[in-house]
Amino acid sequence: MEHDERFGHARSVTLPGPLALDGGQSLAPVTIAYETYGTLNADASNAILICHALTGDHHVASVHPVTGKPGWWVRMVGEGRPIDPARHFIVCSNVIGSCMGSAGPATAAADGAPYAMRFPVITIRDMVRAQAMLLDHLGVRTLTCVGGSMGGMQVLEWAATYPDRVQSAVIVASAARHSAQNIAFHEVGRQAIMADPKWRGGDYYESNDPPAAGLAVARMAAHITYLSEAGLTEKFGRQLQARDAVGFGFDADFQVESYLRHQGLSFVDRFDANSYLYITRAMDYFDLAEEHGGLLANAFRGSKARFCLVSFDTDWLYPTRESRSIVQALNAAGAAASFVELSSPYGHDAFLLEAPELNRVVDGFLRAGGL
Amino acid sequence: MNDQALLGLRPDLRIIADHVAAGSRALDIGCGDGALMAALRDHAGVDARGIEIDAANVASAVARGLSVVQGDADVDLAGYPSGAFDYAILSQTLQTTRAPDKVLDELLRIGAKAFVSFPNFAYWRVRASLLWGGRMPVTRTLPVAWYATPNIHHLTIDDFRAFLKERGIVTEGAWFLNGDRLTSEWAANFRAEHAVFLIRRG
Repeated sequence: MEHDERFGHARSVTLPGPLALDGGQSLAPVTIAYETYGTLNADASNAILICHALTGDHHVASVHPVTGKPGWWVRMVGEGRPIDPARHFIVCSNVIGSCMGSAGPATAAADGAPYAMRFPVITIRDMVRAQAMLLDHLGVRTLTCVGGSMGGMQVLEWAATYPDRVQSAVIVASAARHSAQNIAFHEVGRQAIMADPKWRGGDYYESNDPPAAGLAVARMAAHITYLSEAGLTEKFGRQLQARDAVGFGFDADFQVESYLRHQGLSFVDRFDANSYLYITRAMDYFDLAEEHGGLLANAFRGSKARFCLVSFDTDWLYPTRESRSIVQALNAAGAAASFVELSSPYGHDAFLLEAPELNRVVDGFLRAGGL
Repeated sequence: MNDQALLGLRPDLRIIADHVAAGSRALDIGCGDGALMAALRDHAGVDARGIEIDAANVASAVARGLSVVQGDADVDLAGYPSGAFDYAILSQTLQTTRAPDKVLDELLRIGAKAFVSFPNFAYWRVRASLLWGGRMPVTRTLPVAWYATPNIHHLTIDDFRAFLKERGIVTEGAWFLNGDRLTSEWAANFRAEHAVFLIRRG
């Protein structure tokens, strides 16, 4: 296995496809960037797919090539962690539509020019179908799926779309559909991007002058939704940024302004504005019940998977009641479900931060499933 | 079930564990950290699911590999389909619910049979505390002072029997405990600290 080019960090594969998309179009070929950690055991029973969130990528536990920061979920994935390369074969792939190496608006279409807005609109289910193609390529049939936020949506979609492949499913800080409020915040972000004159209808790749200001504003608005009001107050309050009094102007007087501006600016270095449009759209279209006759329980009727859901009490983006309604559907479908609301001051972002209780729950859940 | 598995269990849970059929499906409502569920799973091959209100308890139960959902017996039973379980188990929880009659209805809707255990408010020490001391009783099964007790719907064994009769619910088994020991049915409403009933719809 050491010499198998399919396995390792910073991998990429171009599969012939075509990938039939929910929107009616199809994608071919399908390039997927991914990483694997650990070794697939002889009976291919130790595979864990990790699904990333909106602006995440496949560098789940390796250094990010652009930012130089550690992987986005090293608290969950790594030696001695609940998801451990010593025991598990771990796969994390960049979702299609993204900009970190998988097929997306920035990649070249058949005519050699970037797709830009010619890239087909995709859904969460399309992302999952692409992941399934990758896992076929890697020789993985049955697996455990783990994800938070949009990653959790993919996990739910995995269980519904491939009921005979998913053995265990961990869904953290997520929802089975996007609420009006979720869609509303995303629309603010998209409008910020499209209102930037540099967006140019999405055709900004050749000029190498992307709509950075619009994307930064989109990120700033979204970032607020990832934090709790109490968390913001505790971290910044009304403290001023490097000054003793307000400046009676529109500089970043307040620390929280300075912080958000920094979040926005650093984001544009690593993310593509068009990808942001496509992925937020996919999330807005997500409504698992609607895909199954309007009844969420129907999505899980054929599933043999065990489910573990975790929410955080200060998460107002995907609040506990969203997890609860998934649990009710799982109970109605007779699926084995666990659910706990954990306490954290950090809002939606809690799942990415140090959360010993989350690790304890995930570790116990995975081990009970024989992993 | 072997003695080793039962050794660590609370006496009422031990009785329940002893009478749940091997290989059956059970829903433990108010399952705590999952001690009964684990015993049922490990030693009787029971497909056990749980509901627990306390997050720390749920985390402990899930960490030991049990399927436990954080929830409240008063609101979250409605989401379970009818007849989904062979047994619904409600141990030392009935007296803490807001609408015990509705919870019992739900138990018998979800489970073919239900185990219900509760502290007996007509136990002689409780009576004595009220009669001679004039104080709300604090005993081993009712260990918390009046202002802090989670027990908001106290009941007696005779209350429960009358309720079953009124509703046409059938008693399949009844066990009475004094401390950790089983005691006879004779004058149980006076002598027993704690009761376990196995009931089903008539």
